[in-house]
Amino acid sequence: MTASMTQTPPIEPTPLVATAGRKRFGIPPLAAITWLYILWSLLPVVIAVQFSFNAGKSRSVWQGFSMRWYTGDPNQSVLHDPSLRHAMANSLWLAIGAMLIATPIGTGLAIGLARWRSRLAKPANGLMLFPLVTPEIVMGVSLFVVFVNLYTGIPRGFTTQLLGHVTFTISYVVIIVRGRLLAIGTQLEEAARDLGATRWQAVRYILLPLLRPAIFASLMIVFATSIDDFVISSFLSTGAKDQTVPMKIYSSTKGTSTPALNALATVMLVLTLASITVAVIVMRKLNHDEDGGASAAALVSISS
Amino acid sequence: MFAAPGVAWLLALFVVPFYAVIALAVGKPDPIFGTANPEWNPAKWDATALSNAIGRIFGGDLGNVMLRTFTYVGITLVLCISIGYPVAYYVARSARKSRGAILIALVMPFWISYLMRMLAWVNLLAPDGLVNRFLNFTGLLGGPKNWLSGNAVTVVIGLVYGYIPFFILPLYAALERMDGRLIEAARDLGASRASAFWRVTWPLSRQGLMAASVITVLPMFGDYYTNGYLSGSPNTSMIGNQIEYYLHGTSTPQTGASLVLILSVLLVVLMAYYLVSTARAARTVALR
Repeated sequence: MTASMTQTPPIEPTPLVATAGRKRFGIPPLAAITWLYILWSLLPVVIAVQFSFNAGKSRSVWQGFSMRWYTGDPNQSVLHDPSLRHAMANSLWLAIGAMLIATPIGTGLAIGLARWRSRLAKPANGLMLFPLVTPEIVMGVSLFVVFVNLYTGIPRGFTTQLLGHVTFTISYVVIIVRGRLLAIGTQLEEAARDLGATRWQAVRYILLPLLRPAIFASLMIVFATSIDDFVISSFLSTGAKDQTVPMKIYSSTKGTSTPALNALATVMLVLTLASITVAVIVMRKLNHDEDGGASAAALVSISS
Repeated sequence: MFAAPGVAWLLALFVVPFYAVIALAVGKPDPIFGTANPEWNPAKWDATALSNAIGRIFGGDLGNVMLRTFTYVGITLVLCISIGYPVAYYVARSARKSRGAILIALVMPFWISYLMRMLAWVNLLAPDGLVNRFLNFTGLLGGPKNWLSGNAVTVVIGLVYGYIPFFILPLYAALERMDGRLIEAARDLGASRASAFWRVTWPLSRQGLMAASVITVLPMFGDYYTNGYLSGSPNTSMIGNQIEYYLHGTSTPQTGASLVLILSVLLVVLMAYYLVSTARAARTVALR
């Protein structure tokens, strides 16, 4: 949805400040507000997950634990309801497709922008940043209008949804990869060029291996962002066959739906959490020198 | 060379589509059906639909919607600041070692799908949901309420719940960068806690606060799904709902396109502010 402070890597406070901070600012009311906030922000979701395991039809009266809404129910469970399964498949294919297309394009764009000494570099940089701050509805409407009126050769539905997802995730990739590029610096590449490597070889054998953790993180972030998207998918869909999981949640009527909806949301939640956790762990493993918390925070602040 | 595919992609699927919205908003409506076709040639632009939309916002039926959008966004922002500032401040000033768990808790909402978080509230606020059963049991607020059809309070709670993570994290990042020694110096020089806060911390955090507010408010202005999902009633309709309605539900998409343009013009100032201030922040970091 949004990118926040990824432009600026966090700066470590000096130890002096940190210890002083503990003594001076550990005021109980602030701690209370913080923990209350955290409780408030997570408890509803925990309850929603809990009720996905409800044995009964209710999403607010607990009737005992069961896997009914995941696998058990022969008609309405996530496993057996074709519309839920279809939505899940759509979401997954979109996310995988977006991940595989946006990551190489974004990586190329980041390398190009960082090493580009031309008057066009600045406008291109601005162009790359704009999707990050454009409200999704503006992007959704624009894509809808252009596919209906101009790019009419492209069949609307999954294909256009995929093109849309790639469009709004490219910038995330650029931000992640560019951060890593700045950290790497240009010396290694220049050394390779001095030793006779072509420009392409320098990128292929020096830069890409060094960028591997950032590329991997990008894959995961694009996956997580795409799987959560509602606005773009919804503007570019043509009907029930293009429904994704967030669209399915949105379109379910409030009173009548079963805990299967919660189960579906929980499955997707687990997938997103898993992809981000893997990304954080790999980033941490590959950059021993960097603070794992900082890279996690960087990852997180752009994924949403 | 490497940037070419990315630049081409963004030109074809970000810049051209936006131009298509402009072209649609100023396209000539069909005399019989009233549906506009995009007019690609600027020389032939026709401002009827656009000026109609502007007229309906200033003094017409969309004026209320616009006013409501600003009210909801404003109240939500105030609530985000009053809850989010203390939280961000506390985390930024707490010891690094104990911060990990809190930070993970703060970023968790980013990893949970927005609509799942809204679904969680729909479960809680349903007529027989936990909130109403609690109100029924305790008699607070005069018993159970109808939360989910046209309740403005629900919409604002939903917006705060949905967007506050976007507010807290950037503000935390800004507060974390602040040099704590300045506060200590103020205290050493005899400032009370309160005056150290108002004279040192607050002014130093103002820029971060602005950036965090902008990043929270931008997507909120275009939000239609929080509202649509938690209320769905025209009584709480925001500008995003109108855009969605005109594009999907009517034969006059040019009205929707015009509203998108008007919204973009309103927001471009905020967008520019954010881009300039992050660029500036990146430069100062690079200089250090």
